[in-house]
Order: sequence, then structure tokens, then C-alpha cells
Amino acid sequence: MTTQTVSPPDTIRFLEEVSAATAGVSRLEMCIQCGTCGGSCPSSSDMDHTPRMLFAMIRAGMREEALRSNTPWICVSCYHCTVRCPQGVHIADVMYTLKGMAIRAKLYQDSTAPDFSKTFVDMVEEYGRSYEFGLATRHYLKHFPLRLPSMTPMGLGMLSKKRMDISPRRIEGIEQLTAILSRAKELEAA
Amino acid sequence: MTHYLFYPGCSMESSAKAYYDSLMAVCKPLGLDLQEINDWNCCGATEYVSISLTPAYALIGRNLALAEQQANGSRTVVAPCSACYLNLAKADYYMRERPVLGEKVNTALAAGGLHYDPGSLVIRHLLDVIINDIGLDKVKEKVTRPLTGLRLAPYLGCMAPRPDYDHRWSNPEYPTELDRLLKVLGAEVIDFPLKTHCCGGHMTQIAPSTAFELIRRLVHAADQYHADLMVTLCPMCQMNVDAFQGEMNNHFHTDYHMPILFFTQLIGLAFGIDPKELGFGKELVSAGPALARIGVEAPAGEKGGEPPRKPKKTDGLPMPRMMEEERLP
Repeated sequence: MTTQTVSPPDTIRFLEEVSAATAGVSRLEMCIQCGTCGGSCPSSSDMDHTPRMLFAMIRAGMREEALRSNTPWICVSCYHCTVRCPQGVHIADVMYTLKGMAIRAKLYQDSTAPDFSKTFVDMVEEYGRSYEFGLATRHYLKHFPLRLPSMTPMGLGMLSKKRMDISPRRIEGIEQLTAILSRAKELEAA
Repeated sequence: MTHYLFYPGCSMESSAKAYYDSLMAVCKPLGLDLQEINDWNCCGATEYVSISLTPAYALIGRNLALAEQQANGSRTVVAPCSACYLNLAKADYYMRERPVLGEKVNTALAAGGLHYDPGSLVIRHLLDVIINDIGLDKVKEKVTRPLTGLRLAPYLGCMAPRPDYDHRWSNPEYPTELDRLLKVLGAEVIDFPLKTHCCGGHMTQIAPSTAFELIRRLVHAADQYHADLMVTLCPMCQMNVDAFQGEMNNHFHTDYHMPILFFTQLIGLAFGIDPKELGFGKELVSAGPALARIGVEAPAGEKGGEPPRKPKKTDGLPMPRMMEEERLP
């Protein structure tokens, strides 16, 4: 039997990479594997790994397995885990980080969730505002065509009650926003 | 009048128009002077940050920078939408917590001639401002039509009370702000145990069965407590519980009919404002019957929004009836 060994620097590198890509101070290295996160999670039953398992995998340097996990995509951003974590780990924000990393590494197999985020972002970059009608039609036609019949009453209701604009609104400073976002993307790639 | 900077957010112009209309109608009696941030942009919701970090925070940063420019004496930005509130508050907090993020955001903002000093603005949710600045005494003074007889389930969802880095709420899991406000309006308020449970967020769009289960839990609990209505402070929560209730019913073969309104609509109602100005009738699960019970004639809105009500088959094959039995009081 051969034992596969992972050299410590590689392990630490992945943990550091995740931490560095997270908005605030992630405190991910402080996780004590107590499981409060998974126990507090309303959607953990649909997850491949509970947050606790996922964090152990990150620390073990299991990059590919961690980025293939559906866990970050099932996270509903309710922050129950975040406020209960005895170590103050910014769990929900680490989930956002993992989503971005999985998209860039092309490791997450299901396209529905990443596509939704990308379509949303496309609309925001184009108009400076979210555009629910465009987002919903593009997303449902592509990913949930079979859901359309059961969604029709809702869609018609939203339109007839004027809760959804058919045409998008664009902000005046769209060029300024484009310049800011282009610069931010350069910084992100650096 | 108390002067604030105001970040409405995209939903207020479309799916949560009832929230916007009712807020505008109650501003004057509450003494709230809201100055909208000129040419604000989307906060990115929970989507942009899943794609790319620096652009996501630069997007939020533009709003903070514009707000700082237009401050005019007020340092407080009020957001009525929970996701917008959290994004603005988190950006400000993380730019302070991790200066390298602050530097990156400001380098990006400089490409648009803007700058934001983290910590220079105070980001607050609308309900927090009404409770803690205006105060319940002032609200009580203005009540001319108490909501006596209306049984309400206060529902805050996640992103207003959590993670609450700046400690603005009484409790991140069981805050009582909304309960206290609704009681002052004269309503009967349920001690709703699911008040900060999740509505599913964007899961209605990407993993419907996950979302439907979360919506079912909320609606089922409110129904078991015999609530007439759920009351919320978040456009996403309202949208999920209201607009997706029909599809959730189809999914579970249930027949719930639990309306959900914005808290500002109920403030307006208790202040004696004409229901026509408060966005009633825009909800897809009509609150009309519940309001009629306390003698309020609310506009029903245009037809077409009712979720399909499937007649229950009683003579078909035996089907699991658990959901039905669970609903018995």
C-alpha cells in the first residue's frame, strides 16, 4: 500500500489562498471543528459536505474536492453559522470565496447556479441596476424550461401588478461605473 | 424632521414597489426626511461577490463614495432592503477590518474619480432608524386606526439582523424590534419562532426544491399560529413567500394562503392613510380578506396574480396526507 503524502506547504497554500480571497479577515484557520455551523444550517441536508467538513478539507489541502463540492452553492447566506461560530469564522463569506474559485477553476459541474450569478452580474454591468425581467426570462428559458408552466401565473401576476419592469433602467454614470469595474477586475487578476 | 441619506435599492422600484410607496407615505408623519443618493447603482445582491471579490466591493463602494459626496450634514445611510443594507454595511466594515481591501476598492474607485473613507458613514436599516431614532412613542402618537384584531407574524429574515458586526439589533437570532413596533400599532403579535429563519434567498432561482422547503416551513408555522398575515422588512423575503407561494403549494400539494406585507404598509394603515397610497393589492397572495376582517377595504389590485388553487381530489388513489394532518391545530 502506498501512502499519498501532501507536503505541508501545499496544504497551507490552499488555506491561505482561500483566506486571501475572502473579503474581511476570514479567521478560517481558527476553526475548531465543533460542527456548530452544520448544525445551524437550514439547507445542510442538500449539501455534499457540511461547512465543518469542507473547512477540514481546505486545511487538508484537498483543493479539487473542495471546489467540486456543491456546499457553497447550497448556502443560502442566512448567517446563522456565522453568528453562532465560537471562533468568529466568517463562514458565509468563505462560501462566496469558494464559489468564485470554483468558477475560475471550472470545477463546479452544475451550471445553473454559476450561470445565474453571471447573468445577474452581466445585467448589472450593462445597466448599473438589476433587471429582473431580463434575468428571469434568460435564466428560466435556459435552465428551467419545464418549470415555466407552473411559473406562468406568478410571472403574469408580477407583470400585471407592475412589480416587474419589461425594460431595464440604466444609471447616468454607467461609463464611470464601467471604468471602476474594469480597474477592479485588473486588480483582481493581478 | 430627521435628515438621512437614502439608498432605495433596485427592488424598491419594481418587485417591492409596495414597500417604496408605503414608505414614502409614512415618511412625513414619522418626521423622516430621506434624501436619495443620486444615481446610485445595484448593490450586487448575493451574486457579484460569488463571481469576483474586488469588483463586487467596488460596485458597492461607488454607492458609498456617492453618499459621502452628497452627505450634506448627515452621515447616516438608510437602506430599506436587507440585502442592500448588509452589502453596504459589510463593505464599510470589511474595508476597515482588512485595509488591503479598502485600498483596492479605492484604487478602483479612483478610475471613476471617486473615493470613500471607510467608517465615515453609518449604514443602518430602516426599521432600526424608526425604532431607535424616531422611537415608538412618536409612532404611537400618530396611530389613529389601531390594528386591533389583526394577528401578525413578524418576519425579519436573515440579512437585517445578521451578522450585525456593528451591533445595531437587540439579538441576531431573536430580535424583538419588529414585534414591538407592530404591538404599538395595536395589532396582536405572535411570538413567531421562525422570525429570522431563511426564505431561501436566490435558491428559488437555482435550487427550487431547497427554497420551497424553506418557504413551506415559514408559511406552515405562521398558519399553525393562526396568523392573519406575515409582516416583513425585506423585499427578497416578501417576494419568495408571496410570489413563490403558489409554486410551493404545487410542489407539496398543499393549499396555504398566507399573505405577507411590508411593515411600512401596516404603519400607514394604522396612521389612517388611504390604503390606495400604501401599495395594497400588489401582493400575489391577497391580504384583502384578512384586512376586511378588521374593517379595512384594501384595493384588490389587478386580477391575474392569485396563485392557482388546485381543488383537492378526494376520490383518487390514496396519497400521503401528512401535510394536511400537520396543519390541524
